[in-house]
Amino acid sequence: MTWIFENWDRFWEVTGVHLRLSVVPVLIGFVLSIPLGWLASRSATARAILFPLANILFTIPSIALIVITPVLIGVKILDEINVIVPLTIYTIALMVRSVADALSAVPGHVTAAANAMGFRPLRRFLTVDFPLALPVTIAGLRVATVSNISMVSVGALVGLGGYGQLFTEGYQTDNTAKVFAGLIGTVVLAVLADGLLLLLGRVLTPWARAGR
Amino acid sequence: MIEFRAVTKRFEDGTIAVDELDLTVEAGTITVFVGPSGCGKTTSLRMVNRMIDPTSGTILVDGKDVLTVDPPTLRRGIGYVIQQAGLFPHRTVLDNVATVPLLSGWDRRKARTRAAELLEIVGLDPAFGKRYPAQLSGGQQQRVGVARALAADPPVLLMDEPFSAVDPVVREGLQDELLRLQAELDKTIVFVTHDIDEALKLGERVAVFQTGGHLAQYAKPAELLSAPANDFVASFVGRDRGYRTLTFLHADVPVHPVDTAKLGQRVAVTDWTLVVDDQDRPKGWLSGVDGEIEVSDQDLIAGGSLYDGSTLRGALDAALSSPSALGVTVDDNGAVVGVVRADDVIKALAKARAAGEVPK
Repeated sequence: MTWIFENWDRFWEVTGVHLRLSVVPVLIGFVLSIPLGWLASRSATARAILFPLANILFTIPSIALIVITPVLIGVKILDEINVIVPLTIYTIALMVRSVADALSAVPGHVTAAANAMGFRPLRRFLTVDFPLALPVTIAGLRVATVSNISMVSVGALVGLGGYGQLFTEGYQTDNTAKVFAGLIGTVVLAVLADGLLLLLGRVLTPWARAGR
Repeated sequence: MIEFRAVTKRFEDGTIAVDELDLTVEAGTITVFVGPSGCGKTTSLRMVNRMIDPTSGTILVDGKDVLTVDPPTLRRGIGYVIQQAGLFPHRTVLDNVATVPLLSGWDRRKARTRAAELLEIVGLDPAFGKRYPAQLSGGQQQRVGVARALAADPPVLLMDEPFSAVDPVVREGLQDELLRLQAELDKTIVFVTHDIDEALKLGERVAVFQTGGHLAQYAKPAELLSAPANDFVASFVGRDRGYRTLTFLHADVPVHPVDTAKLGQRVAVTDWTLVVDDQDRPKGWLSGVDGEIEVSDQDLIAGGSLYDGSTLRGALDAALSSPSALGVTVDDNGAVVGVVRADDVIKALAKARAAGEVPK
């Protein structure tokens, strides 16, 4: 802890980087997984392609993906894109299934009623299906966010890792306090982000707790 | 008015759900489609608002071919009540009811005012408007479903087994409510059910569908009972259809006087005596006893159903269910008027038959 207070500026700086490197991929991945998840919930063919693909992508070790990304997309090794792209892929791999399951779980009589009332498809999706899918989707989003916050550190291997830098530097200079500082930062950030999403979910879905 | 003209629906797997259906639903009536599962009744209903499109044939709503109207526009002009209500769990009751007006571009305030009115029309406290559907009972949800279907005041209402998921007592209340509403609103209602009792109670005309998508008979309820078109209809309307025919007959049955005694009174009872309370409402029967007794609750034999002077079925049931074989007739206040006898009901039925009141 003392390391954190003695090196506050540095700690604050890596916190910012860590946050940016984890939140940006979650946002991009979330937005992209909505249409993909919708497709998977509608079509068995899409499901047969997307779900195994998501599983395969998720099993690629993060180190390998982060190291190979610069080669594949041809940017400089120190560009943040090199962490954002792999983490976005992981987010999509996690979220496609959540979104698809959440949309499939919307009761058939509700969507049938919506059609019978005269909703057009886009409006039905935005005002009926998607809001009803939110509780399950947000649960998936919490997993993806926490997992991203933990994985960002691997980016230290290519010189970009938020708290991960504290791990590598601490390890190289035999500075245990620095390693612990990174660890504490990671855990606190993960817990805060998770709590924030939990709260957001509650605010957005007051109906989900309206029991008899 | 809704017209089905040679409507056929064949699904992709080759099964024929509806086979050459010709049928006209008169404006301002409740028409019930009834039949076992897989008979095409629901498919026929859903073709009216294009939830399903026919393979061949034409469906006209007020003279307009539904296939020429874009489905969302068509549907906003046709009320729809679905099984299990199908309410939107994430919207308050008020916003659920306001759905179609909002889709049709009303402003939010006007739509909500209309929705609050409708809650009252279907017999719900407007305070329910702020709740979510999960906070209502099944019967209340179904009322909200009806209110939602009526919100934009459509001339046509489609009801797809709307009361099948609620318990029998609540269902009966909802059926009575629908009849009361219809008396005020005068909609063209198509109601789908697999329950023949519900069909006979609600339908001004009843279409009995047979497995394979054939229309077996389209007739008034009394005619279905007294003159079923084929064995399928006869077995579907049930074994006791002769008895049920009485539901649709309102002939006069002679009311005989009856001996009555008040609770606490000292009487000598020789024959069946009806015990009444201070307002002359029936409490139970006393059978013959030796000597004089003071009438108390313990001596009473519970009575049968009461006859309110409406149908022959009520009269016969009152007589058959009474321990004295005398059916107690009451007035609007529940006070005893007299008794009816089963043999008089049978005579009244014979008279109604002779007068041609029983359809052949």
